[in-house]
Amino acid sequence: MRREIVSPEGFRQDGRRPEELRRSHFRTSLFQQVDGSAYVEQGNTQCLVTVSGPREPQMRSKSLPDRAVVTVEYAVAPFSAGERKGPLRTNRAHTEVAASLQATFEAAIMTTLFPRSEIMICVQMVQLDGSALATAINAVSLAIIDAGIPVTDYVTACSAGYIGSDPVLDLNYLEESAGMPQLTLALLPRTRKIVTMAMEQKLHLDHLEPTAEMCEEGCLQMYQQMNAYIASASKLATLITPSA
Amino acid sequence: MLHNHVFLRKTKKGSVAKIVKEHYLRTDIACGSKACTTCTPCKRANLAEALPPFPGSQVGEYIVPDTNVLFHHLDVIEHPSISNLVILQTVLEELRHRSFQCFQRVRRLIDDPDRHFYVFSNDFHAETYVPEPAATASTTAVAESPNDRNDRAIRRAVQWYNAHLAALHLGAVLVTNDVANRQLAVNDGIPALSLRDFVQKLPGSVPLLDMLGAAGDDPTAPSSKDAVADASRLATVYPEHAAPASIQAGIATGVYQMGTLHISPHNFQEATLLADVNKQRVEVLISGRMDLNRAMDGDVVAFQLFPKEQWKSIVSKVQEQEDDDEAVGSDADAVDDDDDDDDDDDAAADANASASSESLLMPTARVVGIVKRNWRPLCGTLEAPPGFKQHVDAAREHVIDPIQSAFFWPIDKRMPKVRVRTRQLRHLLGQRIVVALDAWPQNSRYPTGHFVRVLGAVGDRAAESEALLLEHDIAHAPFNARVLACLPHQGDRWTVDVDTIDKPDRVDLRHLAICSIDPPGCTDIDDALHARPLPNGNIEAGVHIADVSYFVKPDTPMDIEASQRCTSVYLVDKRIDMLPTLLGTNLCSLRSNVDRLAFSCVWEMTPAGEVVSTRFHKSMIRSQASFTYDEAQARINDTSMNDTLSTNVRLLNQLAKALRKRRIAAGAVTLASPEVKFRLDDKEQQDPVDVEMKELMESNQLVEEFMLLANIHVARKIQQAFPDAAMLRCHPAPPSNRFDALIRAVGQRGFPMVVDTSKHLSDSLDAIQLPEDPYFNKLVRIMTTRCMQQAAYICAGSVNPSGYWHYGLATDIYTHFTSPIRRYADLIVHRMLHAAILRDGQLARDRMKRLADVLNVRHRNAQMASRASIVLFTNLFFRNKPATEEAYILRVLKNAVIVLIPKYGIENAVVLPKASLAKCDFDEKDIAITWPADAASQTRAGKLALFQKIKVHIEIVHQGPEAAQRLQLQLTLVDPPLPAA
Repeated sequence: MRREIVSPEGFRQDGRRPEELRRSHFRTSLFQQVDGSAYVEQGNTQCLVTVSGPREPQMRSKSLPDRAVVTVEYAVAPFSAGERKGPLRTNRAHTEVAASLQATFEAAIMTTLFPRSEIMICVQMVQLDGSALATAINAVSLAIIDAGIPVTDYVTACSAGYIGSDPVLDLNYLEESAGMPQLTLALLPRTRKIVTMAMEQKLHLDHLEPTAEMCEEGCLQMYQQMNAYIASASKLATLITPSA
Repeated sequence: MLHNHVFLRKTKKGSVAKIVKEHYLRTDIACGSKACTTCTPCKRANLAEALPPFPGSQVGEYIVPDTNVLFHHLDVIEHPSISNLVILQTVLEELRHRSFQCFQRVRRLIDDPDRHFYVFSNDFHAETYVPEPAATASTTAVAESPNDRNDRAIRRAVQWYNAHLAALHLGAVLVTNDVANRQLAVNDGIPALSLRDFVQKLPGSVPLLDMLGAAGDDPTAPSSKDAVADASRLATVYPEHAAPASIQAGIATGVYQMGTLHISPHNFQEATLLADVNKQRVEVLISGRMDLNRAMDGDVVAFQLFPKEQWKSIVSKVQEQEDDDEAVGSDADAVDDDDDDDDDDDAAADANASASSESLLMPTARVVGIVKRNWRPLCGTLEAPPGFKQHVDAAREHVIDPIQSAFFWPIDKRMPKVRVRTRQLRHLLGQRIVVALDAWPQNSRYPTGHFVRVLGAVGDRAAESEALLLEHDIAHAPFNARVLACLPHQGDRWTVDVDTIDKPDRVDLRHLAICSIDPPGCTDIDDALHARPLPNGNIEAGVHIADVSYFVKPDTPMDIEASQRCTSVYLVDKRIDMLPTLLGTNLCSLRSNVDRLAFSCVWEMTPAGEVVSTRFHKSMIRSQASFTYDEAQARINDTSMNDTLSTNVRLLNQLAKALRKRRIAAGAVTLASPEVKFRLDDKEQQDPVDVEMKELMESNQLVEEFMLLANIHVARKIQQAFPDAAMLRCHPAPPSNRFDALIRAVGQRGFPMVVDTSKHLSDSLDAIQLPEDPYFNKLVRIMTTRCMQQAAYICAGSVNPSGYWHYGLATDIYTHFTSPIRRYADLIVHRMLHAAILRDGQLARDRMKRLADVLNVRHRNAQMASRASIVLFTNLFFRNKPATEEAYILRVLKNAVIVLIPKYGIENAVVLPKASLAKCDFDEKDIAITWPADAASQTRAGKLALFQKIKVHIEIVHQGPEAAQRLQLQLTLVDPPLPAA
């Protein structure tokens, strides 16, 4: 029996209203060995990111004379979904996510400050419960800030679906698998400049605008939460090591 | 607050998956009472501010039913006297899993603002959420089942309501029939009632108590009469049904098969279904009460084939329920030995006969279990139990009678009698009532049911019409306000805004000489046509279909309503529209001399009817004339008329003829139906005064050809654009053994019939001509139609492309595009075509598949309702004027012949009197009833065989016991005369 995504009472299956984000949780500076790291939970989607660099590129041939190269590795843990997946293989879908992360952060990082160097971003999805790309973008954003790499702004991302006649924010796995069109939007919150927009299904053009608007609202909410976390985390850092 | 639901589930592959779901608890969910000021304001809050307290309680109480109450007694809940219900989310979810149909009915009640129903999302409320059993398993000694958990959640919610509303002098009461649950509630100080106790507190509860069925009986005072009945029930009547697990195992190993049962309209103890016998799909017969084993029409059953020795001849006999006349009471449940012996004799006789005519044996089977019941409310009448006296004592008017049993006779002759227990028998006799089925115990000869409501007096036209609509599950209520709000706000003053509308996709075709051709009096004009010669010698022809999709946007209330109605239903005296009248007969209807929106198919064709190119686009048109078929025919015939429209029609006709020739050459089968049209008198009464046959003219065929062409081209286009989701119409080839009897019968008349392809069938049908009887050809065509399968809507992705074949039209692909005003499928196809030409839009295959299934059911129901309406009017027509007419024999049974009376389109059985039958022989080889000459009674030798022309006397009789009052057409044989008894 098909379950409704949003009940006539206005609740989704997990008790949220259409315009509500899931609970999120952030942590940064998890590892000593890398320059920056972050862990983000959005609902049950969990993502771990490490950032190394700017540093000398591991492959010389890849370096660029005028700016830094951003390389992204994206991996999904075998235990991340309901059913255990076999050993990791190169997956085209994963390569694609990596490419879109790379494009996103090349737009946000001031790469021209570090010519002939490399910024390495490793994304590890620990648990998947929908909106993986958006969570990854948010986590990378925090990790880059944690690494102290100069950026023009945060990059915050959020997904939204469109079902019936209204958009729904921040899809979980169940909603994603209902087959509705899903839009993932990443933007620079202060200028509201959109850096990434991804959608793989068909959506009528008339519906794109309300969906994108809702995504934007979600991104801004996300920004406030992330900014508040970074503020408290840096306060924490100054408290522990006042000289730094 | 956040809770995670964690549970393990086995996947399809057999591995174990761990599923973790988030569950957010909130504090902003309103209680739904209009009196409440502390809750977050909520638009849906709908519970009355003040309530009169029930007798015996201190405060006014909202009612909180549990799942079983809604599931089993929805009829009661739907009764208008019940309001102010709190439907808990827990209950609603459970109900959705139990029965989607019930769920939808409850949703409809919730949407009705006058009923004051409110859905309380208790599972999301921080204070009423009850953890899942898995989470508490460690703390409680005995693991709690999901059902117990749900009951606990319901009790918790009621408790919360009482605490929350105490300050407002309001409360909530749990209504459940579960004794244990009530006990637990009382222990916790939660008010709880059984449904019976609750209903008794309502004013005017007697009809409601009846609707409760057995649950309405007073548990403390069982009547002595029932004790007797209970004792007699101990005798087992029917074989036990197999358990679901063993059915599944049986199907897996091939011992059992599964199918949908169709009870014969002539014999309620005989049913057919499709099965695989020796790897062929053939019809299988199940006959006799025991073999049917409580299965009813439309049920999905598991059955087991009998070995070949027990296969039966396809000749059956007419048997209606009057054959086993029993009284209500002690003997009603006893096994009727005579009847069953009778069946055995038949089987033996058939077995003997089998040697001579093996090809005519039909596989037989017995029902081993019922997979899915197709129970629906039945319309009919109650039969007065023997010894019952109708009291006319006014003093007793308000006394509630004791519960009495009575037999209910459904109108649908395929349904068995139903045992109904009622407290208001006096008031129900002679009324058309609705009864819902409850159960069919193994030890009861008949199913049991309960009274639902009264439709009106028997014979009253309004009541009979409503019964007819109910019987076929046709929504006929007026459109509600939400639907009407979707209409254009200008109402009938709406006009096409030429300059702005849908530019640039919509093409202005108002300069073309477009006309429509329809039956006289047609107000919902779906289609219009045009044709004009092109400079290159070819012809441009266009079909313009009303652009309903412009007005009915997806997922609006109007669209949802239309998708539930699926089709307009045409009855003899009225039409039940799919869309509100403003659209159907005005804004969408392509009336002449007004600007209208259309969806156009325009072809360039050679004069020989070959399509050179096709274009589809939305358009605006201005039809120049609405012709009737007669008027169009006049313009075809009269070549002296040379105005544009006349030449236009002639050009169209020329093309149509060419198209028709091509189609026939490809193997399209021309079928026939014996339909007639009633002419009603103009007075309020609307009594039928005359019948006329539907006449076919060239102009009918003209329209038909172009509609077929449009449908075929649209089907190709949408199939290309949406190979997964396109909505198509297919007509599968009929199972081979359906034709056996017909081939044999026609063969006896000296005509070979080849049915392997539609082309061969069509050719053999054309060859069947009897110079002395021109009707013979039509007769065979009518019978061929009966052998065919039903055409059906399919979703392209769910069938292999070879399955798109339309057998009757002999085309590789087909859909319905041309009647969007009266068919929902066409509207969907319009949207698809629009999406296909604009290359956008989203279509979900699963949704289309589901929709196709619904459409098929609704269409069949609509057809059946139309036919039933014709039967009703036929009966009214002959009520006071018996007639003698010519008839043709369509089928010969053992004790009757089924005849068709061409003049009135009546198909009915002529049952031969038993006394005469004793002197007749049944010729197994020729399938005929014969009798020798008898000098004593001066009768000539005679015979009744297939296709024979006979004379019958038509009259209307009251059939069955007096109280059942079914008007029934009775035919008696006049010529040839039967031997006297």
